[in-house]
Amino acid sequence: MNAKMTSTPTSKIVDTTVGDGLRFYGIWLAGIAVLIVLPLIFSSGGSLTSFSLIGIAIVFALSYNILLGQTGLLSFGHAVHYGLGGFAACHMMNAVVSHGWPIPLPFIPLFGGLGGLAFALVIGWVMTKRAGTVFSMISLGIAELVASSSLILRSVFGGESGISTDRTSLPKILGLSFGPQLQVYYLIAFWLVISAIAMYALTRTPLGRISNAVRDNPERVQFIGYDPHVVRYIAFCFAGFFAGVAGGLAAINFEIANAAYLGAIQSGLVLFSTFIGGVAFFFGPILGAILVTYLQLGLTSVTGVWQLYFGIIFIGIVMLSPGGIAGLIMMHRPLVRAGTLPTVIPSYLLAAVPTLALACGVILTIESIARTHSGQGSPINLFGVAFSPASPVTWASAAILVAGGFFVARLSWRRVGEAWDRATTIARDRGYLA
Amino acid sequence: MLELIVISTLNGLLFGMLLFLLSSGLTVIFSMMGVLNFAHASFYMLGAFFGYQLTKWIGFWPALLLAPLLVGAIGMAVERYGLRNTHKHGHVAELLLTFGLAFAIEEIVAMMWGRSPVDYRVPALLDFPAFTIFSTNYPAYKIFMLAVSILIFIVLLTVLKRTRVGLIVQAALTHPHMVGHLGHNVGRIFMLVFGVGSALAGIAGVIAGPALVTQSDMAAALGPILFVVIVFGGLGSLPGAFIASLVIGLIQTFAVALNGSLASAFGPLDPSAGPSVLTDIWNVTIAQVAPIVPYLLLVIILIVRPMGLMGTRET
Repeated sequence: MNAKMTSTPTSKIVDTTVGDGLRFYGIWLAGIAVLIVLPLIFSSGGSLTSFSLIGIAIVFALSYNILLGQTGLLSFGHAVHYGLGGFAACHMMNAVVSHGWPIPLPFIPLFGGLGGLAFALVIGWVMTKRAGTVFSMISLGIAELVASSSLILRSVFGGESGISTDRTSLPKILGLSFGPQLQVYYLIAFWLVISAIAMYALTRTPLGRISNAVRDNPERVQFIGYDPHVVRYIAFCFAGFFAGVAGGLAAINFEIANAAYLGAIQSGLVLFSTFIGGVAFFFGPILGAILVTYLQLGLTSVTGVWQLYFGIIFIGIVMLSPGGIAGLIMMHRPLVRAGTLPTVIPSYLLAAVPTLALACGVILTIESIARTHSGQGSPINLFGVAFSPASPVTWASAAILVAGGFFVARLSWRRVGEAWDRATTIARDRGYLA
Repeated sequence: MLELIVISTLNGLLFGMLLFLLSSGLTVIFSMMGVLNFAHASFYMLGAFFGYQLTKWIGFWPALLLAPLLVGAIGMAVERYGLRNTHKHGHVAELLLTFGLAFAIEEIVAMMWGRSPVDYRVPALLDFPAFTIFSTNYPAYKIFMLAVSILIFIVLLTVLKRTRVGLIVQAALTHPHMVGHLGHNVGRIFMLVFGVGSALAGIAGVIAGPALVTQSDMAAALGPILFVVIVFGGLGSLPGAFIASLVIGLIQTFAVALNGSLASAFGPLDPSAGPSVLTDIWNVTIAQVAPIVPYLLLVIILIVRPMGLMGTRET
């Protein structure tokens, strides 16, 4: 990309930056417009709650990507900052009420962020001494340490029941009480926009660039005079701050903070969201957070083993498409530019049929095992067709779908590969792909 | 007091040897392939559940042999079809693959056997007190566990240090490319080592299942402690893993057995100060702190000696 930029004449560069600039601001403005309009279209209480949760998850996932995507630090304990941010926000809200400080609710997430940042400042220096696998293990250990300590330090963390608070009793601003979910949604949307812009800006600063360099080649970063440890530490602190903001938003939304906020499940979920969305692009974690939160809310009512599906989706993404969904989408950009995308689509449609069959077979297998073992034996409803989990017909169709789907899918994906090669060759000839 | 010390030392040694059965496989896999196997504790859990199921079908002794073989086969399949294909995407992808596996295995186990503990009993042959010290009956099964783990430890040591296979494995730890150039199939060595490591975890699961609780969250509870053990001992160092296993096993067992707190040692705090962090720390008993002791050790060792007890290299 950069190499191409330098070889183009100056006037053209100016042209592209103006065009890019328009498109760039267009995307952000469109995003903000969507956030404003969404609750007007879907105004039911359930969808407002879902949107609020998704907004929090996006801030959290974006903060995680400062570590994983930007700096290459795989943390298994990011929820620690989220949880501590939540507790900080709850304590702050209670303190505001009891001391009568003039701090309205919209500023509370800032204190959540400071809570997350404070812990990152303290523990980060030791943790970021080394990157890679060692960092991952240490992050896991620290996460366990904090999660277990939170049950011992009852006066701060409120033991098993947690710390509860009341968001409506804070001083009012602009006459808003923040009682209704709609107002909370707009508060979350506001902080989402602010945090997303700040985190995007962070990737554009020299610090963001040097973090990428630390991720890719720490040794060479040392040669040009930077200390990778310091860079990792600063990135870790930023990630901790924004995770704390997300935690503060969650505390406002639920009006409670408890030990589950800092647990391993929360840390795993943010890792899933970020990685499934794609770590290489800024919008990847946003996609991932939307998808994972939506699935989490949607699947729980349909199946008892929704976490297993998460695990399978995650393993599938890791093995087949480590760039995540964003990576998959962005793969097609050169093809769109070269105009060769239509040549690939027929093979995609062809491959979609056996792949769907395979997926249905897997779902049928899992569901019949799960429902037989749990003893409830309620029928499986797959696209309107009811299957009884105990009947041999179900097992046979599951086996046929899995085996048949697998073999046909392999053949059809080979065709996709061939079509892909042809399309990329043409795109390369036309100069859209290096 | 003496009774407590003797019993706790025995239990601590036992727990430590169990930890070593797991951490030895984990550390060999890590130093050889650079992969931190997140699913290692899940293999331990699979061992326990396979042991339970096979004991129900064919009895304990065949299960003791068969369950680890099954777990080892699953481990080899994971290496062959999962990790080897993910290797090209780098270590982070490999680590994430094992993380996803650990998650999926826990869910599958919960789906098959439920989330509550299963009734995995000590075999009748070993269900008697081995000896009595100061009025406490020490169960024979625990002695059996200790014997099995020590036996495996000796076998492992002999194989690694005295045989040709061990020589190749040791060479592949540090110089995989050179071993490949000498005509050995490094891919197959990796697969076998992964299989043996998983099988060791499986054995640990089969023998620990009846003594501890066999439940679908046992992997999640033990996994982080394993990582503490191998970081504490020094990454890639087997002697380090051995010492760290015993140290953490003993410390945790003693901590659970002790009931003292700062309040019982120095008297209660002035009640007029009201509840605070200080009173929480003052009143907490050592037994309550036991779960976090390994992680405290981890933080301390990272500050004092970041490469671990016996570690030599920076990873």
